[in-house]
Amino acid sequence: MNLGFPLFPEQASTMAARVDALFYFLVAVTVFFAALIFFMIVVFAVKYRRRSEDERPRPIEGNFWLEILWSAIPLGLTMVMFVWGAIIYFDIYNPPNDALEISIVGRQWMWKAQHAEGQREINELHVPVGQAVKLTMTSEDVIHDVFLPAFRVKQDVLPGRYTTLWFQATKAGEYPLFCSQYCGTQHSGMVGRVVVLEPAEFEKWLSGGATGLSMIDQGASLFKRFGCETCHGAGGTSQGPSLAGLFGKTVKLQGGTTVTADENYIRESILDPRAKIVAGYQPIMPTFKGLVSEEGLLQLIAYIKSLEGAERKAAQK
Amino acid sequence: MNVSEVERREHYLNVNYGIRSWLLTTDHKRIAWLYLLSVTLFFFIGGFFATLIRLELLTPQGDLVQAETYNKLFTMHGVTMIFFFLIPSIPAVLGNFLVPMMIGARDLAFPRLNLASWYIFILGGAFTVMAAAAGGVDTGWTFYTPYSSIYSNTHVVLTVVGIFVTGFSSILTGLNFIVTIHKMRAPGMTWFRLPLFIWAHYATSIIFVLGTPVIAITLVLVALERIFRLGIFDPALGGDPVLFQHLFWFYSHPAVYIMVLPAMGVVSELIACFSRKRVFGYSVVAFASLGIAVIGFLVWGHHMFVSGQSVHAGMIFSLLSFLVAIPSAIKVFNWTATLYKGSISYDAPMLYALGFIGLFTIGGLTGLFLATLGIDVHVHDTYFVIAHFHYIMVGGSVMGYLGGIHFWWPKMTGRRYPEGWARLAALIIFIGFNLTFFPQFVLGYIGMPRRYHVYPPEFQVLNVMSTAGASILAVGYLLPLTYLIWSLRYGTVAGRNPWGARGLEWETPSPPPTENFERTPTVTEGAYAYEKAPEEISTLGRPAHV
Repeated sequence: MNLGFPLFPEQASTMAARVDALFYFLVAVTVFFAALIFFMIVVFAVKYRRRSEDERPRPIEGNFWLEILWSAIPLGLTMVMFVWGAIIYFDIYNPPNDALEISIVGRQWMWKAQHAEGQREINELHVPVGQAVKLTMTSEDVIHDVFLPAFRVKQDVLPGRYTTLWFQATKAGEYPLFCSQYCGTQHSGMVGRVVVLEPAEFEKWLSGGATGLSMIDQGASLFKRFGCETCHGAGGTSQGPSLAGLFGKTVKLQGGTTVTADENYIRESILDPRAKIVAGYQPIMPTFKGLVSEEGLLQLIAYIKSLEGAERKAAQK
Repeated sequence: MNVSEVERREHYLNVNYGIRSWLLTTDHKRIAWLYLLSVTLFFFIGGFFATLIRLELLTPQGDLVQAETYNKLFTMHGVTMIFFFLIPSIPAVLGNFLVPMMIGARDLAFPRLNLASWYIFILGGAFTVMAAAAGGVDTGWTFYTPYSSIYSNTHVVLTVVGIFVTGFSSILTGLNFIVTIHKMRAPGMTWFRLPLFIWAHYATSIIFVLGTPVIAITLVLVALERIFRLGIFDPALGGDPVLFQHLFWFYSHPAVYIMVLPAMGVVSELIACFSRKRVFGYSVVAFASLGIAVIGFLVWGHHMFVSGQSVHAGMIFSLLSFLVAIPSAIKVFNWTATLYKGSISYDAPMLYALGFIGLFTIGGLTGLFLATLGIDVHVHDTYFVIAHFHYIMVGGSVMGYLGGIHFWWPKMTGRRYPEGWARLAALIIFIGFNLTFFPQFVLGYIGMPRRYHVYPPEFQVLNVMSTAGASILAVGYLLPLTYLIWSLRYGTVAGRNPWGARGLEWETPSPPPTENFERTPTVTEGAYAYEKAPEEISTLGRPAHV
């Protein structure tokens, strides 16, 4: 048996200290109130213990101001917890724009990661220290969950859509990665590790054992292979909307509604093209459901994200 | 009164004999016994599963059972304990026995429906037991899709049919209580003279009636997707897996209040009796029950802070979750204030009640951690959550249930249980409980996920502590089972009102006659008039105007 057991998790991300500070605040408040209640119960139970069987204490109906007091004080304290907690939550789920992007695909029962440069790893995730890392995640089957206790972050990984999670590691080292959404027989085996490297070592790791092709390159070849260019390419028939500079833009749809072109929108447009029709175009695109893998979808999205818009190109010239 | 007198006098237990007289009874008191036997059986089945779970977790390796078996164990533990013990326990046993007696009624409004509820409950239980016997189910009691609807190879449909059927038993019991409390109160029993036990059961009944249909529909949808591949939850079929979570928690969060509100009602009765005081702030405590029942319907999204629901939805659910904490805090303060200047005795029911307050306080306060968005992200789906809800459901509901069973045992059976053993058991349960579940808060914060069959070795010490506690807890639960059965024959005769308690149920003989009261009582006092002598507030055999 391992007797040198920890009572507190390692702090290894920018978020960890912030979460822990709030945790300590809650521990202080709750220990105070628990101690207060226990102390009063013990004092009353001893002081007012029954001394003779015919005791008949005078009744006390209640006290309006006491009720107000012990409603208002907890209310005030919980509102502090709410605001403080909400601020941290907001930051946990809003990645910085310059974050390094890594794709994660979960399946029963393993984690697959793919870096922009093309490196793939299984049940391991190499990241650099001191840089924000954004994970774009999806599942091939059931719901999984990426849980990184040393970073104090967690996010369910859903089939059929992307969820994101970001963190910035502050210490080089190895940290556990757990699946924390029950996903079937080997759920507790769906674990891995995050290896946080110094930036220079991370660069070395990235260049070593590379597959050669970046995610964008692989996406580009899929784009060709599936014939996407025919309708969406610069030299194509223009039966489909141009994808240059699409990512992040607001797209006008048939019926007057709009949608922001994010990863989930592009994913849906590939797998279920008739769900949202761009204004001015015919619903003629076939579905690519079953033809393209989750990794392939992520590569295609990476490629489409890389397509620069005409105005950006013009500006660069 | 001596023993022979108890034997001779006719009461609800000896009015007739034989299995038919029990299985076809419409007497709410006998139906309470049917439920008592059934939920006790389910409690020990659920406890058996828990024992195997704790034994497996003694070591980090999966050496006692295989992963698949382990997953079935925690699923069957949760399903059995929640749907077949915790939800029916206090309402269907103590509520059935006491709601009519406390309001001065002869029976519930619909006695046959009441018996039907029990049969429905047993039918649902039979499906679930069949599912277990056929090989079990491994989805977790939460049945998250698409795992439950597509991927699991176990007996999901059989199990959800069992829960679906049992839900109707809850709905009918809730309906029965609501109508009874509205229409069958004795003369003079105004709303604000009702015992807080009744207020708590009224609030619980509202949740039964409004919440249970939602879980029923949800489970039907899971079964439909599983059998007919109807695309409701699985994205591969065009469904939305998160929709399931919304529907599931819309019932299952209020269900937590189904489990704890009745226990709060019990505790109000016990604290008042054993400190001989009116409950401090009676109307505030009564409205707190209703407040919990209503706001409790609006907080389901706090189970889904990391599910991928929008950040803004998360914020609203967090805010509402803090609001629902306030009525619970108010209750704890009021119970504590009730002790002030009381005349406190330490009989076993009171030990359970004080244990309830202590454990519920810890359970409630750790709930604040989970309502706090920034902290929940880290502790969600870890042992922190397991510890928290066991403090509420076992530390709260089971302590309340046992306190209530001890308190009203003399009324139900006419006999007293052995007080020394009962106090010892209460103490053992309190110690065993804390040793089992407190280490799990630490385990959760250091990052041990729930539902893990194997785990990293650094989590072992805390798991060993937890398992040690569980074995103490098991002894604590077996003790009452033993001495309560023993007391049926050998307990001293209780008499009408062994605790010197107030309330209509104590004014009728123990065990009560089938019709509960010799004549309809007339109520002239609010609940808990402990400052007056019992003769002053006697409601039987005396016209109202005297």
